[in-house]
Amino acid sequence: MIGIVDYGVGNVASVSNMLKRLGLESVRVSSSKAVAAVDRLILPGVGAFDAGMQALRRDGELITALEERVLTDRVPFLGICLGMQMLTSGSDEGREPGLGWVSGRAKRFGKDSGLKVPHVGWNSTTSGPGSKLLGGSQTPSRFYYVHSYYVEVDHNDGVTMTAEYGGDFCAGFERENVYGVQFHPEKSHRSGMQLLGNFAGL
Amino acid sequence: MSNRTSRLIPTLELSGGSLIKTKNFRPFAHVGDPANSARIFNELEVDELIVVDTRRTRDRRNPPFAVIEELASECFMPLIYGGGVDSLRVASEVMRLGVEKIVVGSAAYENPILIRELVDLFGSQAVVSAVDYRGVGDERLRLCSDSGRHRERVGLFDWVETLEGLGAGELLLTSVDRQGTWEGLDLTTIASVTNRLGIPVVAHGGARSVAEARSVLDRGEASAVALGSVVAFQAKGKGVLVGLPEEE
Repeated sequence: MIGIVDYGVGNVASVSNMLKRLGLESVRVSSSKAVAAVDRLILPGVGAFDAGMQALRRDGELITALEERVLTDRVPFLGICLGMQMLTSGSDEGREPGLGWVSGRAKRFGKDSGLKVPHVGWNSTTSGPGSKLLGGSQTPSRFYYVHSYYVEVDHNDGVTMTAEYGGDFCAGFERENVYGVQFHPEKSHRSGMQLLGNFAGL
Repeated sequence: MSNRTSRLIPTLELSGGSLIKTKNFRPFAHVGDPANSARIFNELEVDELIVVDTRRTRDRRNPPFAVIEELASECFMPLIYGGGVDSLRVASEVMRLGVEKIVVGSAAYENPILIRELVDLFGSQAVVSAVDYRGVGDERLRLCSDSGRHRERVGLFDWVETLEGLGAGELLLTSVDRQGTWEGLDLTTIASVTNRLGIPVVAHGGARSVAEARSVLDRGEASAVALGSVVAFQAKGKGVLVGLPEEE
């Protein structure tokens, strides 16, 4: 059973709609008890970094339960968009500390580069042979992005997907059981279905 | 500068639970069933889908939550909703249903701070500011709210800069005089607004064809083009045919 963390700001409905289309069972989880009962976790995220972290911390036991399940029990965990950024130590967007499961930080796309920010739309995403989420496919996939910040990880190991927007940025990382993607698989038609299907099969 | 992430966005107009097409924002034709149309665009794997119910703003009613929820379950691409989103409460309810972005237009004239509050809660990327204007190209441009019915006093260029300053993530720029007419996009105004802003501009109103929209995107005059009549009819003056016509 896949648990989708429902902390009030992520787009839970979009993720559960796609899982349902794939014939995969999922449940919204918002308590420590519910987190303990699932064997895979997805942290969706839409919105501002501080609002997201504050919402996640509102129930003091939720993060503790997530840490136990992910860092101790090692169940597969996927952070999407803001959910990926929240896995790092923090973001230039706000002041709240992140979860700190992955060493790195969310940075803003260059303001003076002439780039339109946010980066919105379908972008070609390159993956390495080690990507479990993309099944090792090395053909670039198109995914839907909408974000102003991107994750810069401290050590490049584990970065399995990259995309280009005024330079290459980390589109996805896979570190043991902790996965993060900057794009929205739940809104990326067939490419997204394939990725979420692979996640469910890990 | 052409951008690989440029988007073509079919735009559907809801009214009383069914789909209509408007011309200059006034009802023009019945198009059919919303869920069916959303399914068609999902199968075509379109870049995004905009759904608006502008009557909701005028009548000061809540958005049609049940219809939105059904559409969201059919859309495996980003769904954008506008119409009657005038508070954080309504916006939260719409977002919870599986919508990625909300469009706020008229409500921002009365309460500009609403944009900032929405941005603080959902992030810039979720907040699309709708800007409707009358006048085309070099004519005097006049902002209007409530589907073109109400004249606003603020100047177009001042207003779009204000919206960007409040944190809006995108601008949905609609030429009311061109909307639904097939007379072509108002390229002059679109390019002037795009050049002034750092956020993406979605051009809307008057597109004649997918080819015209693509050429606007290729020239970088807008980040996206919203298509209404082109995706609802076979051709100008012809019958309803929901789809994304391939270029010839």
